[in-house]
Amino acid sequence: MNRTVLRLTAQAMLGGRRVLLVSAMAVILIGLALLVRLIGDISEPDIAAFLQVVSLATLMPLFGLIVGTGTIGPEIDDGSIIHLLSKPVPRPVIIHSKLVVAIVATVAFAVVPTALAALIMGASGSLALALAVGSLAAGAVYCVMFMLLAILTRHAVIIGLGYALIWESLVGSLVPGARNLSVQQWALAVTDALASPGLITANVGLVLAVTLIIGGFVAATWYAGSRLRVLTLATDD
Amino acid sequence: MQIENCSRWFGNVVAVNDVTMTIGPGITGLLGPNGAGKSTLIHMLAGFLPPSAGTVTLDGGPVWKNHDVYRTIGIVPEREATYDSLTGRQFVLASAELHGLDDAGAAASRALATVAMEDAAHRRIGEYSKGMKQRVKMASALVHDPAVLLLDEPFNGMDPRQRLHLIELLREMGAEGRTVLFSSHILEEVEQLASQIEVLIAGRYAASGDYREIRRLMTDRPHQYTVISSDNRMLAAALVADASTAAVRLNGDALHVDASEFLRFAELLPLVARDAGIRLFEVTPADESLESVFAYLVEK
Repeated sequence: MNRTVLRLTAQAMLGGRRVLLVSAMAVILIGLALLVRLIGDISEPDIAAFLQVVSLATLMPLFGLIVGTGTIGPEIDDGSIIHLLSKPVPRPVIIHSKLVVAIVATVAFAVVPTALAALIMGASGSLALALAVGSLAAGAVYCVMFMLLAILTRHAVIIGLGYALIWESLVGSLVPGARNLSVQQWALAVTDALASPGLITANVGLVLAVTLIIGGFVAATWYAGSRLRVLTLATDD
Repeated sequence: MQIENCSRWFGNVVAVNDVTMTIGPGITGLLGPNGAGKSTLIHMLAGFLPPSAGTVTLDGGPVWKNHDVYRTIGIVPEREATYDSLTGRQFVLASAELHGLDDAGAAASRALATVAMEDAAHRRIGEYSKGMKQRVKMASALVHDPAVLLLDEPFNGMDPRQRLHLIELLREMGAEGRTVLFSSHILEEVEQLASQIEVLIAGRYAASGDYREIRRLMTDRPHQYTVISSDNRMLAAALVADASTAAVRLNGDALHVDASEFLRFAELLPLVARDAGIRLFEVTPADESLESVFAYLVEK
């Protein structure tokens, strides 16, 4: 990791509109939880179902998309990445540093709000913890996956949205086999393993899910570093 | 830096075509019209673009996929994009830190002083003028005291004072024995500064030499002029008698002259007019666009 890359990435993320967007998403999640709590008591299975849809299925992929692409995509688009690439810093170190910023942002703006929302609605500590770990697993994989996409293509946001909306939501609901390649399902398997039985429904086994989470995260991180090494920059010619 | 049989194409478009050149210590100007492939060549020299064919090396080692070359190379890219939310000082300091310098703060201060940006260093880069951005990029490129400096159109957006300052700075760097390569599409800019000029046209290596040689190639070529005088017919007769005039044509109130040797014709015209008692009202070069000058060089 490189502290200067960490600082530059964090400043770029906190200095732009992106931080307002992710803050708004966190506020909406907490606001919804407060609203549900004010309306009346809600059972633990309903809290789990609510956060499964709102946080794991909706918030996390969107969050990963915004933060994952945002850590490097804008720099590639406007060409300012040249100032980073013209330094004797190994490319994987740049990726690792940016990924740390993305994951810290995920914890601050998505994982903690998810756990808080669960507690506000009256969930047990174990469910809140399970949801936090599940959303962290999903967030980390989404972040590196979308960061890699931003290095590979200028259409990372569209492709990422396509993955989240079409693959995970539509194809995943119609074709059972597609769920094996769904980050959301991997995260649900982790959440299910940590929560009380029967609260969360996962379609992927825990071993397969953990293997794919770790394998996917490591492979995407490595590949992002090697692609950044051969990133070519557009010229005016 | 050595470029050998280097080509770069993007799909069907050839941006750089079989270029071979050696860039050594001192100042080298890379001259060519817009779209000639100068930026593509500088990107390949800087290790941001692999050649489609051929090799680019620094001291015998490859620059592509070799981040260690940036300990030796400093780059001032043409594109303006920087980290606009940072102040000038933060930007240059970050560069010094990324180079792993022992005293990054002192190196940043020194680089900012070199480009006379100390006073504006606390302001955000987003508030800078184009010339100021260019200078802060320059400070960032100089912060690690590189032996090789690559600058892509460095004078763009600079006012005359800033331009003079940069020229002085680059001259000093060249005199110190550093390898400085800068690109420009303006001959006057290049000849003011560069002892060695490499001309690139339509992706091809067109000419090379010191600025006198390039200037001669560019000026001593067939020129076309439109002349309006008090007696075009008599002037035409007097001009065509000299070998420097290839052809004359009377067209209404104007006389069109094809001069085969520019320098001789430039001296001849006023002398002939004076001797014949003819007044010259207007002498207009008809083909002085940079493109036509470069096109001539390509043909040659």
